[in-house]
Amino acid sequence: MKVLVPIKRVIDANIKVRVKADESGVELNNVKMAMNPFCEIAVEEAIRLREAGHAEEIIAVTVGPTQGQETLRTALAMGADRAILVEADPAPESLAVAKLLKAIVDKEAPGLVLLGKQAIDGDNNQTGQMLSGLLGWSIGTFVSRLQVEDAVVRVTREVDGGLENIELIQPAIVTVDLRLNEPRYASLPNIMKAKKKPLDTFTPEALGVDVSPRLETIKVIAPPARASGTRVTSAAELVDKLRNEAKVI
Amino acid sequence: MSILVIAEHDNTSLRPATLNTVSAAVVLGGEIDLLVAGGNCQGAADEAATVDGVSRVLMADDPALIDGLAENLAPLVESIARNYSHVLAPATTYGKNLLPRAAALLDVQQISDISAIESPDTFVRPIYAGNALATVRSLDVMKLITVRTTAFDAAGQSSTAPIETISGCQEAGLSKFIGEELTRSERPELTTADIIVSGGRGMQSSENFGMLESLADKLGAAVGASRAAVDAGYVPNDYQVGQTGKVVAPDLYIAVGISGAIQHLAGMKDSKVIVAINKDEEAPIFQVADYGWVADLFEAIPQLEEALDSPSS
Repeated sequence: MKVLVPIKRVIDANIKVRVKADESGVELNNVKMAMNPFCEIAVEEAIRLREAGHAEEIIAVTVGPTQGQETLRTALAMGADRAILVEADPAPESLAVAKLLKAIVDKEAPGLVLLGKQAIDGDNNQTGQMLSGLLGWSIGTFVSRLQVEDAVVRVTREVDGGLENIELIQPAIVTVDLRLNEPRYASLPNIMKAKKKPLDTFTPEALGVDVSPRLETIKVIAPPARASGTRVTSAAELVDKLRNEAKVI
Repeated sequence: MSILVIAEHDNTSLRPATLNTVSAAVVLGGEIDLLVAGGNCQGAADEAATVDGVSRVLMADDPALIDGLAENLAPLVESIARNYSHVLAPATTYGKNLLPRAAALLDVQQISDISAIESPDTFVRPIYAGNALATVRSLDVMKLITVRTTAFDAAGQSSTAPIETISGCQEAGLSKFIGEELTRSERPELTTADIIVSGGRGMQSSENFGMLESLADKLGAAVGASRAAVDAGYVPNDYQVGQTGKVVAPDLYIAVGISGAIQHLAGMKDSKVIVAINKDEEAPIFQVADYGWVADLFEAIPQLEEALDSPSS
């Protein structure tokens, strides 16, 4: 079976973002970008499925500006077989991304689509679920354990109350959570090899998808800062402050 | 305006997040219908009928809906959503799983995790782990929204709304519920607790979390954790507070042995009062703490318990 892994290029998870002075968005100039951490977990899982003999081919796909090629090369260096860039600048909203991914799924006919559960820029947590709706496929979200069997995928989902086990009929969409695996680092030889792996480019027009925004960003501001606190040096002092100053116990 | 709120429930009773979501609907204004979609869910529907602000409860009771599978629920939501200007669900794992699938069926760009309502089409939502707040206007005719439950008070439960039964559910045959492993606890639930005691990697072991449980019981608190503590296997996944775990905003959040990664802060920095106990005085958690105590937690926690036992001064 083919596995399709949609990935996203975002500001590196370790960078503290800054909003622009004109409140139009977040500063992206000269900021380190990286693959969304949840997407790395999805790529890793696809590679493990191939290593276990469940997947024949892994296709990484991203939707966004040209620089998405770098993120795709990272996925190829980790072990994806080929890559697809759907070039759109600025990166479209989740619904449009889901429509573009549906167009790719229609071309490639994968048995499984593995995505990160959310991207750490917009924190929307939508794309996988939307793709499942557009395709009418089964969906397992927030997955921390995954097992491929003949016609089904068994998954364990991390839900608010604990864990939930469900069985998905293939073809299936799975969005991955943090504890599914620990992604590997690409080795230098693999980074070199990745440069020669195929990378195709499409446009939304060529895929017949309207990516006009449905949301208008009015402003983006920094959240109110917390007032600086005080230090305490003993349990008695802390309890006194909580009782008599903050009045929370 | 007419608003559909999708209730989260376990068929016998409502989950508290439903009450916060109804409050957000009340802020929008207009008639509010509360959808209880489940199997053998009369109990949940009866409770839904008590929620203040609700005009009508719509009960869809069907075996296909008993396990809350999105493949069966989303078409039901799609079939009734067009009667409404807004469809709201809590931004919990339940709402996050279901609503985007329904949004795609309705060709609507969902607005996730709203923390404030500016007008019927304009909303504030945290992005980048809460390091920025975006105000967005939806251009879609219908708005599909998930609600950050900590940003809205729980609605009261002193009303009696009529319950109407709706039908038209189908088993999609795409997925099957196998079972669940839910964490059972006598302590308050993390997302609704007034006080949370939370532990990080500094706890060093699952056994040491017992210290925090004992402290939590003294305070009537819930126990939470950072990702590091969950990844290390000290506590189950449902303890995790953070950008991609649970978002909490209790009156008091006591962070013990938590360094304070941005991703953790995203889940708790709206708490009213934050206490940080950490032996590393450079730990970023101190930057958001109202009361910081640089101390070895293994000495500090027993001392704190003892101090709590002493009478109020």
